Amino acid sequence: MQTIINLPHVGESVTEGVIGKWLAAPGQRLRRYDPLVEVVTDKVSMEVPSPFTGVLTSLLVQEGDTVPMGQPICEMDVEGGAPADTAALRPPSPPAEAPAAPAAAPAPAPLPPAAPVARTFEFLDSVRAVGPTGSGEGGQGRPDALQDAARAASASQTPSPAPVSAPAPVSAAGGPWLSPLVRNLVRLHGVDVNGLSGTGLRGRITKADVERYLEQVRRHGVGGGPAQPIARAPKPALDPAVESSRMQMTPLRRTIAEHMARASREIPAAWTLVEVDCSGLVAARAAHRQALESNGGTGTYLPFTAWCVAGALRAHPRLNARWEDEGTTLMHRVHLGIAASTEAGLIVPVVHDADRLGILDLARAIRTVTDAARVGKLTLEQVRGGTFTLNNTGALGSVASVPIINHPQAAILATEAMLKRPVVVAGDAIAVRPMMNLCLTFDHRICDGAEAAAFLQDVRQRIQGLSAETRLG
Amino acid sequence: MSTLTVIEAVREAMAEEMRRDERVFIFGEDVGRRGGVFLASKGFIDEFGPARVMDTPLAEACIAGVAVGAAMAGMRPIAEVQFADFVWPIVNQIIGEAARARYGTKSKVSVPLVVRSPYGGQVRGGLFHSQSVEAYFAHTPGLKVVAPVTPYDVKGLLKAAIRDEDPVVFLEHKRTYRSVRGEVPDEDYVLPIGLADVKRPGTHASIITYGLTLHYALQAADKLAGEGVEVEVVDLRTLKPLDAQTVLASVRKTSRALVVHEDNISLGVGAEVAALIAEHAFEALDAPVMRVAGPDIPAMPFAPTLEAAFMPTAEKIEAALRRLLAY
Repeated sequence: MQTIINLPHVGESVTEGVIGKWLAAPGQRLRRYDPLVEVVTDKVSMEVPSPFTGVLTSLLVQEGDTVPMGQPICEMDVEGGAPADTAALRPPSPPAEAPAAPAAAPAPAPLPPAAPVARTFEFLDSVRAVGPTGSGEGGQGRPDALQDAARAASASQTPSPAPVSAPAPVSAAGGPWLSPLVRNLVRLHGVDVNGLSGTGLRGRITKADVERYLEQVRRHGVGGGPAQPIARAPKPALDPAVESSRMQMTPLRRTIAEHMARASREIPAAWTLVEVDCSGLVAARAAHRQALESNGGTGTYLPFTAWCVAGALRAHPRLNARWEDEGTTLMHRVHLGIAASTEAGLIVPVVHDADRLGILDLARAIRTVTDAARVGKLTLEQVRGGTFTLNNTGALGSVASVPIINHPQAAILATEAMLKRPVVVAGDAIAVRPMMNLCLTFDHRICDGAEAAAFLQDVRQRIQGLSAETRLG
Repeated sequence: MSTLTVIEAVREAMAEEMRRDERVFIFGEDVGRRGGVFLASKGFIDEFGPARVMDTPLAEACIAGVAVGAAMAGMRPIAEVQFADFVWPIVNQIIGEAARARYGTKSKVSVPLVVRSPYGGQVRGGLFHSQSVEAYFAHTPGLKVVAPVTPYDVKGLLKAAIRDEDPVVFLEHKRTYRSVRGEVPDEDYVLPIGLADVKRPGTHASIITYGLTLHYALQAADKLAGEGVEVEVVDLRTLKPLDAQTVLASVRKTSRALVVHEDNISLGVGAEVAALIAEHAFEALDAPVMRVAGPDIPAMPFAPTLEAAFMPTAEKIEAALRRLLAY
């Protein structure tokens, strides 16, 4: 019989899915559990199996369509008995969790519905209990007026959690005691538990604590606090009745578009990447963070990397240049552009003469221009004259990016997310180190790979040369 | 879709199966003219006649013995034990004979029998009308033990039990008979025995439960949801065979497990669930498995205050969840 198949609910607050790919074509005969369609949700992409054995007769939605859970997606001519109208089916479990074959049931049984979004039953606490009614003809129910008293008594006897003040449990090895799960997580991600504060019983480190820490690392680099809060434009509400709508073109958007298009069109860009061990950078920042912040500067890694980049630019002037029709023009001063994401869009305020500033002054200068950018109070002077751009894509969680050169500059450098990784160190030992990628896009008209690589190696060595003893002045 | 109570779901399941298969008959105390003490077979004697809806003497050993024999002879009896507390005289027939028949005869003899029985407390039933008996039967290989508590599950699983080729002990929590109502499809359907059901998805902790305490667990989970904590509630529905996959998948997701049931805490279904988790999901756990269950005392007390003290409630489950989440 013809049966409409609905997109199954997958629970977990997922309300709609995108039809990724039909895995069967109309006219095809499917057995129950054969792959039917691939559905992509904002959480997972999954293969939805056919809930019945039969022939797929028509598709009601197309690939790429967004479909609310529970809506019809196709029709099947189902073989055998009539299925119940609830054609919902469970989303596939991970292979290891495949449900055991159900006990032999003589009739085709629809699978139980997936975790219900709306419960299809209710418990009416106020309904009088059905007690033993006595048997025999005309047996009467017992009076049970004491029910309410029993319930009230039950509520008042709720045990409350006992306060706990004992010290946190300690492992035999001396460190904090970790559950097997947390121990595995810590091992897997190379987390140093001494840097974690536990929120569990007696300060125990929980799975949630580790996950929170990893999330922080992902967003802000190693163990850092919020590095660069990134303002995001609120999602515009889309009118489903209209096919598309044009966003208002802001002057900033137009400028970005023109610059990017021009850079892409005109510059033969090449790209290269190096890995940097940031142990020294982490130590330097930890030692000086307070000093930087109390001086009105940013306490992030940025002033340190900017200092290294500005120094390297001085030593490699072809990276601090621009291409003009007549050829390369070397720029004698280093004006460092700092890419900043704002609610309005990307903006690149400039720290002038960055190579003449110490870390302390760089931190303050960066703070001044990025703050001004975020609140839209940049002066023309603060955006003019950049000779090289530094882009901290790591703050967005990126580990490698291909930045577009800020026309007409010669190159742009991206500092990526700092992540702990196993690396081979002296003596062929394996150690866990905070590693960061530096990605450089450069104008191949101005310099060649050898020069670009030399510059990048210089930056790398400068960063690796940082330590707690690095002087701020 | 119709909205039914649990007792109406029981009634519909039996009536539909009796219309579908004339080998199905009902056998028990007061099931005929009286329609059963909870009126599960109300009106059946008029539709199906006294040959298929048979009153028995007050002798449970007789109910079980006749039912086992009839099942072996090709009938499909539904034996009703009026209260689970009266189940002990059937133990020899059900555990000693029915559960072993297929095993002992190289599958030549099967016993397609359903023993239905109301169980459980919170009804002021006292020592002889409140007992939970599931653990005794769930311990026995060769039996299936089913204990659903929503109308949809009850109807689908009771129909599956009646169609099953082997003996099924079908336990109905009597507190849910009229206090739980829900949607049931009008079409013929059965639910496979042996699958648990996630009644509420969540991420922070799992409650594994069955029976009346499912509803209390959902109340507790709903309450914590107001504080941003999402508790997953797994309804076992079938106690034998236990759906380990669903339980373990939930615990592997949430890393915290609370096992809840009304039956005495020791050596019961909850102990088996906790053992499964410890054995197969040890490395997913971030807290010890915790339990809320009835205490180890010989029977449900009659005094309302004492019955309240015995029963797991939404408040007790909530308190245990807080301890589990704080660990």
